[in-house]
Amino acid sequence: MDELLGRARFESLADRALDASRADQTEVVVIGVDSALTRFANSGIHQNVAERNVQVRVRAIVGRRAGVATTNDLSDAALARVVERAVEAAKRQPEDPGLPDLPGPLPAEPVPSFSQATADCTPEQRARMVRPICALAVEHGLKASGACSTETTEIGIANSRGVRRHELRSASSLLTVILDDEGSGYAERTARDIDSIDAEALGREAVDKAVRSRGAERFEPGEYPVVLEAYAVGEMLMYLAYMGFGALALQEGTSFLRGRLGQRIVDPRISVSDDGRNPLGLPASFDYEGVPKQRVALIEDGVAAGVVYDTKSAAREGRPSTGHGLPAPSTFGPFPSHLSMAAGDTPPAELAKGIERGLWVTRFNYVNVVKSDRAVLTGLTKDGTFLIERGEVTRPVKNLRFTQGVLEAWSGLRALGAERRLIEGWGGAVLAPAMRLDAFRFTGVSDV
Amino acid sequence: MRDLTDRALGAASAAGATYADVRIERFERQVVSVKNGRPDGLLDDESQGFGVRVVVGGAWGFASSSRLEAREIERVAHRAVEIARASALVLAEPVDLGESIRSVGAYSTPVQIDPFAVAVDDKLAVLMEADAAMRAVRGIAVSEGSFECQRLRKVFASTEGSYVEQTLVETGAGIEALAVGEDDAQRRSFPNSFGRQHSTAGYEYFQSMKLAENAGRTAEEAVKLLTAKPCPDGVTTVILDSSQAALQVHESCGHPIELDRVFGTEASYAGTSFLTLDKRGTYRYGSDHVTIAADATIPGALGTFGFDDEGVPARRTIIVDRGIFKNYLTSRETAARLGESSNGTMRADGWSRIPLIRMTNINLEPGDWSLEDLIADTDDGVFLQTNRSWSIDDVRLNFQFGTEIGWEIKHGKLGAMLKNATYTGITPRFWGACDAVCKEWTVWGTPNCGKGQPSQAMHVGHGAAAIRVRGVQIGVMR
Repeated sequence: MDELLGRARFESLADRALDASRADQTEVVVIGVDSALTRFANSGIHQNVAERNVQVRVRAIVGRRAGVATTNDLSDAALARVVERAVEAAKRQPEDPGLPDLPGPLPAEPVPSFSQATADCTPEQRARMVRPICALAVEHGLKASGACSTETTEIGIANSRGVRRHELRSASSLLTVILDDEGSGYAERTARDIDSIDAEALGREAVDKAVRSRGAERFEPGEYPVVLEAYAVGEMLMYLAYMGFGALALQEGTSFLRGRLGQRIVDPRISVSDDGRNPLGLPASFDYEGVPKQRVALIEDGVAAGVVYDTKSAAREGRPSTGHGLPAPSTFGPFPSHLSMAAGDTPPAELAKGIERGLWVTRFNYVNVVKSDRAVLTGLTKDGTFLIERGEVTRPVKNLRFTQGVLEAWSGLRALGAERRLIEGWGGAVLAPAMRLDAFRFTGVSDV
Repeated sequence: MRDLTDRALGAASAAGATYADVRIERFERQVVSVKNGRPDGLLDDESQGFGVRVVVGGAWGFASSSRLEAREIERVAHRAVEIARASALVLAEPVDLGESIRSVGAYSTPVQIDPFAVAVDDKLAVLMEADAAMRAVRGIAVSEGSFECQRLRKVFASTEGSYVEQTLVETGAGIEALAVGEDDAQRRSFPNSFGRQHSTAGYEYFQSMKLAENAGRTAEEAVKLLTAKPCPDGVTTVILDSSQAALQVHESCGHPIELDRVFGTEASYAGTSFLTLDKRGTYRYGSDHVTIAADATIPGALGTFGFDDEGVPARRTIIVDRGIFKNYLTSRETAARLGESSNGTMRADGWSRIPLIRMTNINLEPGDWSLEDLIADTDDGVFLQTNRSWSIDDVRLNFQFGTEIGWEIKHGKLGAMLKNATYTGITPRFWGACDAVCKEWTVWGTPNCGKGQPSQAMHVGHGAAAIRVRGVQIGVMR
């Protein structure tokens, strides 16, 4: 990969922008992206794209007024203009007495965030990863679809209070949906280093699911014990983050954690944290304000333990940011994008044990929030829903719709998987185990 | 621009492309936000770049870059060709674009007042006035409002001789009030939920929105919802307001008529479609009251433009005619598989993305009823207003939607307010039970329609009026 910008050019760009600013405080955020994605369907590559972009975001604070301007034109003239636009934007606003200062410099240890193999991955390599998946599908009379993607992100942050950060981050992903008219299967791998992804193993997992899900029968909606694979648990975690693991949602009263910090909210075997430094995830050492990422316990032994903060939400409580700021101006507030749930001790083969009659769910589809302050979600099962009878997976069933409070469901935890999967998430990735639950509420069936 | 587009197309052709197109885009956006009587961010956004799409050896390749320089354009064109050659290594079927398209022209959104030329103070004043009216209502914990305008200038050129210049302008705004009680939180929005209502228009659209006039009522409803009755469980008659009817059209009609979904090319992300090819022309999608058209030519609608991103001129296409499914949304490639021509729906959400089949303005044609008469004609049921939650399966059959607010209908009159309303159904059964469409028609703008990998958010429109549907399952949340 050709260098997007590089530390030296970032430093020079930041110096010029900070020098040019007439604001009381100025922040320069440079986000460079070099990404590629090979997409396949009907067992062939049908879309294949690449993108390079470097965006400069300038936040100017004049008095207690903030303005943000962006550009991806890196010429000297455009750089001077974007600074001026940010200053003008700030000046055009009324004073906001609650606006905090930009964060100051804090020590941040580097993390292993970059993979040269991912950065160097070529379209031919991605095609070679896709090919065995398609071949396996065709061999079984199925069709393969999916995507293989690589991304290198260069993030540089500098502000007039002395913050200077620069980091290269890598992410790669391979996912597939294998299907025919009778059934479908899914598999996904997300990793920093694309060379660690075994495409054939992924293809076998999805083909196996697709073959086993053929001939699914309608199953009456109702409340059943379930095994949720890591894909499904990971998605629930992401939606919990969206609904209430950020301080702003808690402060405004929409979080399901309102009034419940320190209380038991789920089974005591469940612990959830956000840790940008976790090498098992997609590490990042600082947020979009340049604040070092802290590990934050969100649920500890089933007890609501905390939320994540950016500078603004932290200032409201007179505490430091935890390093979870999004690019300014973030009206959403802070967000945890490196979630993980602690693993349990149940091996995959024993997850269904003890269920007399229940359902095995591979993943969810089209999940959405029904009520965020109660953490209620709806969505459908997809790509491998099976009946469990007397502790064994017996036959496929048609996809079902669920409407379920996450905390209520997780209070009925009966087993937690010993293995975890890294799943592509919003702005990062989620590390999740599978779980067995006492009850899960299915409210409809998909006529598929 | 002509020199840059020529350079891209020339480089791609010289490298072996049998077809190439290039889009050069310059994008500007301004977002003004207020919350609880204070500014909550002012964003002045600019982006520029280009994307080159090629066919080599029957396979697609695409590359893009933000650096609008001659040498970079040639590098990116070569990269697109290199990517296409890699695509050819695992090819299912060679690309066939059908008959060539040579569009030459220009289009600009009609704008009376340039939204970028209006002072931020004026925008803030309107938002602040609405915000104050919301905060004046006791029980409101969070009040917020935002204004957004954007201008996209783009040039499209192809090796078939197309050269199209467009300037698309959008303006939108919205307000929200959040009431928080002892054990509940309820939100009301105006004119629509999830931020804003949008139009392809200038500042004159913002001036017409009456945010401040509706702010007090919006906030009062949020507070009242805290103590409102929960939506009951059961099967009943449902009247959806026009914004929720628009969302219903979007999810249960707009997506399943995308022909790329039907052909399976979105299977790994957005899904496929229950509207398979055998259903075209004969399948009963809905009742006789249901006529739906795709129309990219409606003035002011969010999915209105002059040409799509393959250079195909905007047009109107009947999708459902008095209940019978007639047509898909198509691209050049998918239409060619049916031996037809594209109906002009290929759009990309920026210079770095390939165009995909996207909704334009998918409109439920108006009926004869007034909403007042329709409620008066309904003995028992619920009236549901403003979307809060949406979910639908991957073939677009099983849906479940929630609304911000509802009311009982008893003996032809609106009764008690209902909170946490949800309803669920199966698409053709739902539309088959639609026995009335109102005449008060609004074109709603949906700025967050997701599709594709990498994900693309498209701006689409939906003209709709209130509808009545019999025998709907409501109240599935507990």
